[in-house]
Amino acid sequence: MSLKLKYPTSTPREFTLSVLTEDKSGLINQLTILFTKRKININSLNVSVTEVKGVSRFTIVIETSKDMIDNIVKQIRKLIDVLGAFVYEEDQIFYQEIALYKVPKYAIVDGKSIEDLVSKSGARILVIETDYMIIEKTGKAKETHDLYQKLEPFGLLEFIRSGRVAISKSTRKTEAYIKELEASNSNKLSIKDF
Amino acid sequence: MNTSTLVLEKKRSKKTTRIKGSDAVLQCLIAEGVTTIFGYPGGAIMPIYDALYNYQDKLNHILTRHEQGAVHAAQGMARVTGKAGVCFATSGPGATNLITGIADAQIDSTPLVCITGQVPSHLLGTDAFQETDVMGISMPVTKWNYQVTRAEEIPYAIARAFYIANTGRPGPVLIDITKDAQFAEFDFTYDKCEKIRSYHPYPEALTSDLEAAANLINEAKKPYILVGQGVQLSGAENELIRFAEKTGIPMAATLMGLSGIPTSHPLYVGYLGMHGNYGPNIKTNECDVLIAIGMRFDDRVTGDLDRYAKQAKVIHIEIDPSEIDKNVKTTVAINSDAKQALLGLLPLVNVSTHKDWIDEFHQCDKIEFDKVIDAELHPDSGEIKMAEVINRISEITDGEAIVVTDVGQHQMVANRYYKFQKSLSCITSGGLGTMGFALPSAMGAKVGQPERTVIAVIGDGGFQMTIQELGTIRQSDLAVKILILNNNFLGMVRQWQQLFFEKRYSFTELDNPDFQMITKGYGIKAHKVEKREDLDQAIFDWLNCEGPALLEVVVEQEGNVFPMVPSGASVAEIRLD
Ligand SMILES: Cc1ncc(C[n+]2csc(CCOP(=O)(O)OP(=O)(O)O)c2C)c(N)n1
Ligand SMILES: [Mg+2]
Repeated sequence: MSLKLKYPTSTPREFTLSVLTEDKSGLINQLTILFTKRKININSLNVSVTEVKGVSRFTIVIETSKDMIDNIVKQIRKLIDVLGAFVYEEDQIFYQEIALYKVPKYAIVDGKSIEDLVSKSGARILVIETDYMIIEKTGKAKETHDLYQKLEPFGLLEFIRSGRVAISKSTRKTEAYIKELEASNSNKLSIKDF
Repeated sequence: MNTSTLVLEKKRSKKTTRIKGSDAVLQCLIAEGVTTIFGYPGGAIMPIYDALYNYQDKLNHILTRHEQGAVHAAQGMARVTGKAGVCFATSGPGATNLITGIADAQIDSTPLVCITGQVPSHLLGTDAFQETDVMGISMPVTKWNYQVTRAEEIPYAIARAFYIANTGRPGPVLIDITKDAQFAEFDFTYDKCEKIRSYHPYPEALTSDLEAAANLINEAKKPYILVGQGVQLSGAENELIRFAEKTGIPMAATLMGLSGIPTSHPLYVGYLGMHGNYGPNIKTNECDVLIAIGMRFDDRVTGDLDRYAKQAKVIHIEIDPSEIDKNVKTTVAINSDAKQALLGLLPLVNVSTHKDWIDEFHQCDKIEFDKVIDAELHPDSGEIKMAEVINRISEITDGEAIVVTDVGQHQMVANRYYKFQKSLSCITSGGLGTMGFALPSAMGAKVGQPERTVIAVIGDGGFQMTIQELGTIRQSDLAVKILILNNNFLGMVRQWQQLFFEKRYSFTELDNPDFQMITKGYGIKAHKVEKREDLDQAIFDWLNCEGPALLEVVVEQEGNVFPMVPSGASVAEIRLD
């Protein structure tokens, strides 16, 4: 009997891509070209340094089919300055986004103050200025969105949310991966788990 | 990152000489074994051209008439030598004129090193005169590109460029060098690039994959080999023959795979794809094990993928992992170059023969001969047909020439009827289908293989896309034999209009100039044939004369190329008329 797939391979769903690269200019273009040429929209993109000097990490969230993501990730690995690329589904990673909310300082709605709301939502007050304060919340998109909805009645001035940062459940060290890559004559493209 | 400091630190230990960036570029090229550069000068690359003046004994620069000509010539040279072709262009329009050729090289896996001049670094981003974002424009069509803004980066960039272009699945790279970096002096030394930690060009075939493939092959009743360009790119021609002869498996070639196997080989059954042979196409849907070697299942080969080789177990030998399972799902994938894979498979496969199966191909050949080929090659009357011209040239040259084709009906006919006997001899624009490719490419092929006969087969449409390269052929005395198959139409498009658009010939008829007069105006011999009885003598004279020569043959205006797998159809639905 053949293994039953959870989803048919062509239905779009969410994937998180984690791409390790040399810290070089132009890479972001090289990566995004692979999405734009397929007319795939990027839901979220985060670029950051890693614990290894000279190595950057891109975290990209897109919605597409399994077949498509498999092909895209292979093409990403093909880019000369890409050190590794990994695809994750929801259950293979821990991930968070950070949201900032700018709200008027003295607003009260239904007898509740913003402070109450903040403490109940696992958020925190980042700064208090003369006319407004900034609240920070880390969480999944749904959680930061919930808080957004709750803050709206207070006359929310501005809301901004970061791209996703994700960390895999593997216990491998990034540095060890890079070392292995340097030592190996085989293909980086065959190293799939991280 | 700071590559330049990195490079500098490394270099301090070695002996250096203080030279200008422009000289360094040329010295790097010489160190990489480059002998010929195709190019076109302009403001932003003038320091390099000035330096070139002193290197004329070491570097043969060929001045083309358009940058597209330079890049196609570099492609032609790369394709016949297997080593990266080199071209120069200036910034802005010079660089953008290269793009078509670079895209062509990218899709057909041709190694190129393109060097463009760029405005001085302090003007970058200011919309300076002839500034174009060449990095941005070339990024999607290069294997790698790099902008040099300091002379110190030149050796690093060029060393990487050659390494990346030539290794693994080859491809074009572009180095954009700002004018100030060309002028600046620095302490020069050169080391070839031998490793990039994030780039592993030669994956090694896994024993388990080789064994799984060998098992499938050993048990197959109707195995079938599809040969792509990867065989020639990895130099696996002999290994392929040994493999096929040991296992007795018939082989067909894709357009890009043509000339990888001599057409006279008894196991060679023909040419695949939209205008390929009848048997090779329909048997794809009848074989039980399909062994695809160094090919990428292009839609011009597969037709409708949902009805392609569904009955077969597929073994895909492929160096580029992103090609594996892209279009056709494999049963076993061997991720390595063709040569390594075949060497690995050879001891694992059993000696076998598949006579009945091969006979099935031969029965198909008979059908194709009776329905198509006979009438194409041996018409008793009427206008000259493209096929008979190619057939006579093939016979007269014993299939030993390099045949460079442009794009259109003549391309399909030339590749159907030329009986290639030698490897690296079929030079065509396969993946991109770039009209204007053949004339300049043939120049490069001639420079790369000066002892061989190089024939450019071109349509009356495509000829006019790069016709100015006749000037280069004359000035650089490149003995290219040019064949114009003149049907006064954009024939391939007209054929589609006839078959699929109710014969509405919308803008495909050409009112052509006098090609004889133009060619003679460039100082090149030209001859025109309109009658069948003059054809043979004209071909002899054209091929035997010294130097470049053009032969124009006026052919049937509304001839069609058959067989044909209409786009969207299955390979099994190939039409014979
Ligand atoms: C640069 C470019 N533009 C357009 C096309 C589309 N096209 C493909 S074949 C063809 C007709 C070619 O005519 P000609 O060179 O006379 O060759 P024929 O088909 O008549 O042999 C055209 C326009 C192309 N392949 N390349
Ligand atoms: Mg024509």
